[in-house]
Amino acid sequence: MKKNISVLFWVTFTVYHVLKEQTLKGDLNEYALLKGLANNDSKAIETIYKENFTMVQNFVLNNNGSYDEARDIFQEAMIALYEKAQLSSFTLSCQMKTYVFSICKRLWFKRLQQLGRFSNHLDGFEETVAVEEDFEAHEKRNAEFAIMDRALNSLGEPCKSLLEGYYIKKMDMHALAVEFGYTNADNAKNQKYKCLMRLKKMFFSQYNIGE
Amino acid sequence: MDDVLLLDAIERYLSGTMSMDEYDQFNQLRKRTPEIDQMVVEHNMFLHQMELYAGCRNLKHNLYEVHEKLLNRGDLNEGGAISPKGRIIQFWNKYRRVTAIAASVGGVIALFISGLAVYFSSTVTDPKLEQLGKDLEVVKKNQQYQGNIINEVKTKIPLNARLLSGGSGFLIDAKGYIITNAHVLKGTGAVVVNSKGEEFNASIIHVDLVKDLAILKIKDDDFTPLKNIPYLIQKSNSDLGEEIFTLGYPRNDIVYGMGYLSAKTGFNGDSLSYQIQISANPGNSGGPVFNKAGDIIGILSTRQAQADGISFAVKSRNIYTILEDLYQSDTSIQAIKFPVKSILKGMDRKAQIRKVESCVYYVKAYGQ
Repeated sequence: MKKNISVLFWVTFTVYHVLKEQTLKGDLNEYALLKGLANNDSKAIETIYKENFTMVQNFVLNNNGSYDEARDIFQEAMIALYEKAQLSSFTLSCQMKTYVFSICKRLWFKRLQQLGRFSNHLDGFEETVAVEEDFEAHEKRNAEFAIMDRALNSLGEPCKSLLEGYYIKKMDMHALAVEFGYTNADNAKNQKYKCLMRLKKMFFSQYNIGE
Repeated sequence: MDDVLLLDAIERYLSGTMSMDEYDQFNQLRKRTPEIDQMVVEHNMFLHQMELYAGCRNLKHNLYEVHEKLLNRGDLNEGGAISPKGRIIQFWNKYRRVTAIAASVGGVIALFISGLAVYFSSTVTDPKLEQLGKDLEVVKKNQQYQGNIINEVKTKIPLNARLLSGGSGFLIDAKGYIITNAHVLKGTGAVVVNSKGEEFNASIIHVDLVKDLAILKIKDDDFTPLKNIPYLIQKSNSDLGEEIFTLGYPRNDIVYGMGYLSAKTGFNGDSLSYQIQISANPGNSGGPVFNKAGDIIGILSTRQAQADGISFAVKSRNIYTILEDLYQSDTSIQAIKFPVKSILKGMDRKAQIRKVESCVYYVKAYGQ
């Protein structure tokens, strides 16, 4: 009898241990994936994509959306997740799936409202978490992105490509001079300076600090 | 030129590529000249924004590429047919480990090939079948909400019960036997409402989840059985292009819709149902689909979410098959007598609707 009890205890204990380790492993996995996403790592993006996309697609399709819209919504949620993952204070208090779904639901809700296709109730088969704060942060980032995008696009060539080459592709001045056909790096640098001043002027005229 | 040099210096200062000496000197300069200090702060802010912008743009690019890649491989589906190539890759990705083990253990090529064939045949249709399941799931959910917003003043739903789902249904026997979709009935009991708004208690007699059909029986003293049912329930299959119409309760009032029969099979070749072109909404589930002569040819059950107007109806002959199966096991079912005569043939549509309206019910299912 005593032996039985001890065996039972041992079994329970082991099962408990295995289970505990598994959840821990799951958390670690998600953490690693998010780190990968923060570093723009294709492999991590692919994994997150595979695990979450169909769920979001089904949700959007079943709530008046199209395939293209599902794709947009999911990718925007990925961007929101990326922004969150980049913060040093970053923590995810729930499963990634739940988080992604919550963000998507919020995004889609807003999109429907904008399009006037608003329906009283969005329906989904997943639990959600409160994402209002993150959502607002994302909206703000989105606005900043749009300001920079507009400013860059209204620069015209060669300014746009020159600045993109330097600040986004991180090419050095020599390589840029060669690519754009300047006779030397100093001339390229001069041109870049002029372009940059124009860009900054445009950017700061629309960008309000502290808003 | 000075400005160019200054900006260059600021950028090197901010990126930390200055030598120690230069860095110290620049710090001194910043302290002495508020203008330069200001420029540094401003430029730092700008560079930060640029950094975020660049990251986001790269991510967008990456997301685009990953999406295309997964789409080509068949891991994602956007409605188009999965290319044969995609299928094979998908299959391979899914089973490469299994195949490797099989190959190393058996080491026999024939075994490997036959294994391949077996796995292949079993996986081809999987993704689409799953999708159907979800579609159904969502129709159910939609109806849950549909149920939630109903706010009737006078109701026969028990006080402590909650509305769980709703849909439509129609009489198959004048004594009060109603057919509807199985997914309409989420709860433990149901009430049905006729087109005049009168509510009756009903009990769930039979649910067939595979065919997605269910039978209800009105059990209410207020209910007076009809003299007869004006329509026939068709046993044979209908033809493509047949003009159809439906009545149902996507809202509290009965709603008419018309369309045509667009395919002889349902979602993903499901031979139990038809594909019909008609606009259907949550709440239409379980409603009758009539042909031009007013015979019932199907039960409206699901719609394809991503395509406008594509709906699916369970073929009416399934009603007969269900009942035939039940005749043996359930004696109460034997009381059901199908309508044998139609009075609708040759009538105009408005007259037909007036006749059948009273046989179409709003079904509300409740649970605790």
